[in-house]
Amino acid sequence: MIPPAFEYARPGDVDEAVRALADAGEDGKVLAGGQSLLPLLRMRLAFPELVVDVGRVGELRGVREDGDALVIGAMTTHHDVVRDPLVRRHAGLLAEATATVADPAVRHRGTLGGSLAHADPAGDLPAVALALDAELVVAGPAGRRTMPAREFFVDYLQSALAPDELLVEVRIPKTDGWSFHYEKFHPVAQSWAIVGVAALVRRDDGRIAEARVGLTNMGSTPLRATAAEEALSGADGPEAVARAAEAAAEGTRPSQDLAASPEYRQHLARVLTRRAVLTATGWG
Amino acid sequence: MTHIKVNVDGTTYEDDVEPRLLLAHYLRDRLGLTGTPIGCDTSNCGACTVDLDGATVKSCSVLAVQADGGEVTTIQGLARDGEWTALQRAFHERHGLQCGYCTPGMIMAARDLLRENPRPTSDEVRQALEGNLCRCTGYQNIVRAVLAAADEESASGRDEAGPGAASGQQVTEEATA
Repeated sequence: MIPPAFEYARPGDVDEAVRALADAGEDGKVLAGGQSLLPLLRMRLAFPELVVDVGRVGELRGVREDGDALVIGAMTTHHDVVRDPLVRRHAGLLAEATATVADPAVRHRGTLGGSLAHADPAGDLPAVALALDAELVVAGPAGRRTMPAREFFVDYLQSALAPDELLVEVRIPKTDGWSFHYEKFHPVAQSWAIVGVAALVRRDDGRIAEARVGLTNMGSTPLRATAAEEALSGADGPEAVARAAEAAAEGTRPSQDLAASPEYRQHLARVLTRRAVLTATGWG
Repeated sequence: MTHIKVNVDGTTYEDDVEPRLLLAHYLRDRLGLTGTPIGCDTSNCGACTVDLDGATVKSCSVLAVQADGGEVTTIQGLARDGEWTALQRAFHERHGLQCGYCTPGMIMAARDLLRENPRPTSDEVRQALEGNLCRCTGYQNIVRAVLAAADEESASGRDEAGPGAASGQQVTEEATA
């Protein structure tokens, strides 16, 4: 399959990229790693007039510490995220979940920022970013702004990015001392999650003091299982976790597709939340 | 048209290409390197896997313009003076193929694995090949072939991975279920 024709720009820095996007208006599209955009182009599901390839913008790659946060460049590949010692030490959930994205060749090209900006609720990393309370740094013609992940995911394949804005950094508060697990249910090794659950727990004196649960593919955006998070607070063992996990699908409206019915997805959310938290706590 | 300069299997090519041209089509239709097949055209099957700047990519999911200035290795660039690499020999000797359509991608993906992890377990081989589909062999002989090549390379102390080989630490990537 051959993509539709488009103009191509390859900016050398963020300012140049933003200018190109501003000139293109609604008809521009950012090319990051291309592992979501190129399939869309090949299937003729997207028709940008201008593709802005930010693959050569060096300042968008890499991981650094900034006090209590990690700052990950939007163009850092999945492959590099998985291997980065800072990510593994301070945001282990992200490393663990990223290792389950697609397959090695896709992880060589695909990027953290691209996955988030694509805003696919079936992607693994949006729910993980939500669970990690990540912040997204966005560059536009008027400068930079920072927004929390919970405001970034607006609807199916729709982020809060304006057409002339570029996601440049992902800031992740360090989760040292938290335990975590990403539980993904998918029928084929490389396929999308039918449902995924990203769990983070902080324990105090043998009990769960605080829990965060992100849900993949349980609606038109990634979600936090707020009711389950509240119910998990104070849990002191596997029975309490199992009871709390029953609330994991509360308020969700998952989609129907060939893989699953909404009811089945809600069932999976409950089961996978229990498994994810039990694995994270070591109580399972 | 965009002007690109790409080194493919040791030869440098310069071409004017449409930005929408996929690397897979550039290799096959422009350069005549049809050793890299296109299987699914949906990023799933891995048949079109090649190496771009030292890491595997699915060439149906990369634009030729993205490879500008880069170095591509295809299955046709592995043999030296007509002599197969250990991986190629192992696929042949262990019957790691039937129709052969997935084989170029399988070998490129396995080569990528052995660069990072020269002595993989059987499970690690399966995980590394999760993006490469074979509809004939049931994978058993493919896994045996990769393990056999790893044994041979370790025994001979040779590094068949060639330039760009990573020396990074081994990291287990889970294929969770």
